[in-house]
Amino acid sequence: MTSVLGSVSLKFSEEQGMLMDVARGFLQDKAPTDKIREFLESEQGYEASLWSEMVDLGWTGIALPETVGGAGLGLGAVVPVIEAMGHALLGTPLIDTTLAGQLLLRAGGAGDEDLLGNIAAGKIATVAYLDGSDWGAENTGLQIAADGVLTGTKYLVGSAGEADTFLVVGNAGGEPAVAVVEASQLDASAIAGNTLIDLTKRTAKVDFSGIVARSVLTGDKVQAALRDFRLLGALLAAAEATGSAARCLEVILDYLKTRKQFGKLIGSYQALKHPSVDIYCGVEDGRSFCYHAASLLGDDAFGRDAEIACRMAKVSAGETMAHAGDRAVQFHGGIGFTWDCDSTLFIRRGQWSRQVFGDAIHHRKQLAALLLD
Amino acid sequence: MAESKEALQTFQRDVAAWMKENVPGDPGFLLPLSFLEVGTEQQLDFLRAWQNKLWSAGFLGMHWPSEYGGQGMDPAYQGVVDRELGRFNAPIIFNTIGLGWTGPLLLEMGTEAEKAKYLKHILSGDEIWCQGFSEPDHGSDLGAVQTRAVRDGDDYVINGSKIWTTLGNYADHMILLARTDTTAERKYDGLSFFLSPMKVAGVDAVPIRKVTGEYGFNQVFFTDARIPAETLMLGEGKGWGVAMKTLEYERGVTAGQATGHWMVSIQIDDLIDDLRDFERDGAPLFDDPSVRDQAVGLIMDAKALSLSGRRMGIPALTSDFPMGLPLSSKYRGTEWARRMKLFGAAMQGAGSALYVDDGDAHRGGFWQRAYFSNFGATIGGGTSQVQANIIAEHVLGLPK
Repeated sequence: MTSVLGSVSLKFSEEQGMLMDVARGFLQDKAPTDKIREFLESEQGYEASLWSEMVDLGWTGIALPETVGGAGLGLGAVVPVIEAMGHALLGTPLIDTTLAGQLLLRAGGAGDEDLLGNIAAGKIATVAYLDGSDWGAENTGLQIAADGVLTGTKYLVGSAGEADTFLVVGNAGGEPAVAVVEASQLDASAIAGNTLIDLTKRTAKVDFSGIVARSVLTGDKVQAALRDFRLLGALLAAAEATGSAARCLEVILDYLKTRKQFGKLIGSYQALKHPSVDIYCGVEDGRSFCYHAASLLGDDAFGRDAEIACRMAKVSAGETMAHAGDRAVQFHGGIGFTWDCDSTLFIRRGQWSRQVFGDAIHHRKQLAALLLD
Repeated sequence: MAESKEALQTFQRDVAAWMKENVPGDPGFLLPLSFLEVGTEQQLDFLRAWQNKLWSAGFLGMHWPSEYGGQGMDPAYQGVVDRELGRFNAPIIFNTIGLGWTGPLLLEMGTEAEKAKYLKHILSGDEIWCQGFSEPDHGSDLGAVQTRAVRDGDDYVINGSKIWTTLGNYADHMILLARTDTTAERKYDGLSFFLSPMKVAGVDAVPIRKVTGEYGFNQVFFTDARIPAETLMLGEGKGWGVAMKTLEYERGVTAGQATGHWMVSIQIDDLIDDLRDFERDGAPLFDDPSVRDQAVGLIMDAKALSLSGRRMGIPALTSDFPMGLPLSSKYRGTEWARRMKLFGAAMQGAGSALYVDDGDAHRGGFWQRAYFSNFGATIGGGTSQVQANIIAEHVLGLPK
């Protein structure tokens, strides 16, 4: 009899360790909190020179094959970098571009090598996925006609203002398909930037109606590639949330160790200690699930264990981050309620992380079917 | 000494073949879930006979020296036996305080005479051991132990009381922490450690009934009890160090236990499988969205615990709080087990009102009893609330 626990594989390679060390060091140096605060006020949410350095470090090609200029290190090696980005609260189009690269790699064919090469070289790409607010829906309502003309609007498209290439998810003749659109094809009026709860992120509603796709990916591979895209998106969202939650815990602990009330450091009160322990335990779980999932993802289509791992990672890390951000505001007292307190950044990140690539309600429902039926 | 994989595999097959023939079936009465709850003569006789059978077959104390009744082999062999005991759902090996704590302690710090006198009987199950550390007024603060031991000729005279003494009413010996010096500058330096006989005049063990309705703990009263002076270990005033060493064995921080099979392991699979036949509102229980969601939560927690065990071996992934995972595992594991067992009881609908001994109780009230019994784990060895303080202070660095 197999256990309902399934795989409990957990591996961590030297490459992952090196990437983690480099990413942490780099971000500590280049993206301190005052820098992050500057980025919030800017239109693109980061600065181009920082992106160039990230590209030079090879971060846009970690999991892309060497044949297109990537490092071929596999998806497991992306996780420590995204976790470190989450820890720094740095936005940037790295997650969007990584996911677009994987969708293209998995859904596309030999003709897409140029695009993949561009992504590895730092061109920004993004997947226009959502039709509306339901991450669990098919999200293939956008029509892709036989002549490649698109009809429809996409919701919360990540890095839309910066992207060079859009992979637009829709349907061609009733089957799931992915249309490739270049940014140069879109009028400025087609991209309506969102006002987001997380100030470090940038998305837009994008109207693709009337655009003629440069190419359209169809066939059986597309369905499987979209499933893997959703799962990988959940995992990267989880890795980012885990990093942010770990940082949020550090900030909470710093305050609890320095703030005095009634003549005592507030960290000595059990009413603050015990919830902090629970946040800590949540952060540890998020990390465990993320690196477990990272151990299972290969270049092939994701298996059942990988699916369970990605969904559990998202449930755990997303909820922990939302809770940690909520408590960060509360535990900072009056100052925590102010814009200038970093708890503002965390509670906002928490609300982003909770929903992106599906909330706990969605993933736990899917997990119930996987585990109990 | 690393054992060859082939040798261990051959041994595993031998053990499995033996278990298949010799692991006892359902005795027709309730067996304890752990060594903490042996409460009847019937259970005691059954478990003693089972331990003796395992030892006689050469499968207990695999790495204890052969001159003291062990097998003189590599510890890996005991690991194989313990895994097979779990796999065959074998009854527990109950003489835990002897096998797990006292035995390894004597092997490390005992005299030749002490080893010769005690070890073999621990393995055979002829002599049962209990532990006399906690006192009614000093549960967690061991340094404050008040039970007195006063030298009188060739004896020590003991007065005082110990509590939560597992197996105290059946035991032949107690590892006893008592105060020989009330004037020592440091309270720890007044403590001494005895291998104290239980079946002497002036020692009375009174069983304590637990929330489960069962027994297992005792309060032990010493009233001018005379024990031989030779049962003192190391010398007067050395008791604290010996007690701390004993706790290392108790907490599994240091290896050397003759077996680790001292409790019935209840896993999440047992729970899920067991609840499949229940119904709610005329439909299978696991069709209910709320039940499904709660089950997913328990499975996720079980998986997280299992993964954190693995992650402890990967320093790069634990560098932020290096002692965090080991120091939180008791808190997490025991609290999870409580919620899991409660779920097993609560999902039985009206049946959850029935308890052990009711003929209609599902599996003899297994989950109800397991839930209640689990408080031994969330309270014993430091309550969850104390554990949370320990994590906050020693892992997160928050002030006392």
